Amino acid sequence: MDEKSGPERGVGRMDLIHDHPILEFSHGEKITFTFDGNSMEGHEGEPIAMALHANGVRVYRETAEKHRPRGFFCAIGKCSSCFMVVDGVPNVRTCITPLKAGMKVETQHGKGKVFEGAE
Amino acid sequence: MKRLETEILVIGGGAAGLSAAAEAAAAGAKVMILESDLHLGGQLVKQTHKFFGSKDEYAGTRGFKIADILLKEMESCKENIEIHTNTTVTGYYSEDDTFTAMRDEDEFFTIKADRAIVATGAQERLIPFVNNDLPGVYGAGAVQTIMNVYGVVPGKRVLMVGAGNIGLIVSYQLMQAGVEVAAIVEAAPKVGGYWVHAAKVRRMGVPILLRHSIKRALGDEIITGAMITELNERFEPVGEEKKIDCDVICIAVGLTPTTEILSQAGCEMMYVPELCGNVARRDSSMQTSNPKFFTAGDASGIEEASAAMVEGRVAGLSALKSLGYPTEHGRLEEYWGRLQALRSGEAGKRICQGLTCVLTEDWEAVHNG
Repeated sequence: MDEKSGPERGVGRMDLIHDHPILEFSHGEKITFTFDGNSMEGHEGEPIAMALHANGVRVYRETAEKHRPRGFFCAIGKCSSCFMVVDGVPNVRTCITPLKAGMKVETQHGKGKVFEGAE
Repeated sequence: MKRLETEILVIGGGAAGLSAAAEAAAAGAKVMILESDLHLGGQLVKQTHKFFGSKDEYAGTRGFKIADILLKEMESCKENIEIHTNTTVTGYYSEDDTFTAMRDEDEFFTIKADRAIVATGAQERLIPFVNNDLPGVYGAGAVQTIMNVYGVVPGKRVLMVGAGNIGLIVSYQLMQAGVEVAAIVEAAPKVGGYWVHAAKVRRMGVPILLRHSIKRALGDEIITGAMITELNERFEPVGEEKKIDCDVICIAVGLTPTTEILSQAGCEMMYVPELCGNVARRDSSMQTSNPKFFTAGDASGIEEASAAMVEGRVAGLSALKSLGYPTEHGRLEEYWGRLQALRSGEAGKRICQGLTCVLTEDWEAVHNG
């Protein structure tokens, strides 16, 4: 597979299914968010992980001990594989957390730091 | 902290949970559904194929349309149903008889309920192979979610691991979404799923490699391929490894019931291989050894969605009954008749074997010795 994973594919090139024989997809409003500082487009209210995948991002975090890359696995919030740092909060289950405009999504390295803005 | 109250708490808004909620709310009980996903419907909304089973469980209707039917049924008694999506039940504290839940990662609250129906579904199993943790190794349910719910292309070329019904159906769904399926590998000497589904993917030219398994995933950061191997009768690798080019390896090797809440509630649990894992013992009303807790659907044993819907009805009806609501005479028997009909086929034999281990007579009789 020659195409590279990552944000260098640029904004506005979401990898979506257009012609489906049975299903019709109604997407949320198109909004922008950032992934590791790069601006990306996604649909509001759809899971963060799906928006990233549509933008060609496959690696969501790096494990604490062996520094292995992780993407999503179960997509139903049960397996912990897709944890990321979202608006400064680590360990967010991105497969079931809805995307909002202006969200700051970051690759999580290790266990993540306790949210500094927490009360 | 916010505290919510309800008569019947339904944990999980999939096939079983929605059926339970509809049954209970129609009779006038106050029902609350908690769903961890962003919308109701569970696995039903991910299915594009027409269901088998019987007419009572919408045979001939596509899965995602069945979810619509259940939601419409709930609409007629919506004043009795409170729905919270994007809300995960995080625990049950028996000392305080309290559930804890979290909405959207940051709002935490507690729930007091007179009865609970645990319809939490299942989670994907994984098999060991080198690099099975790399991004691009996706559960079959995850692939269905990304493409059938959110319309995002899951990959370019997929290797499917497992030729049970899920592996076969998801392979077909991938092709519907315009994704190439390189092959299906299956360790067993025969296809596990229905012949109809296998025939559909074979007609589309996808090889089903029996007695084959995946040995390793290739790639440093993301999947670039897979090495597969033939297996002998003792499931040992034989012959030369073959390389398959793919960017997604889809794992369809089975599911295991999600039962943490039942364990926390002290329900008597039992490992039943035929039901694919640890499940709660129950009587024919789906009541567990903790009289406030009922179970239904995949959480009570992996089976088809048609059976999950009827089990949900049974659990809803029984919860109603235990709260003193009048229920129609013979209704429980009718539902059990439907379950028996659904389980009368070849695949149902295994389920019935599992059920003989896990089903008890009614709990009152058990507890009174």
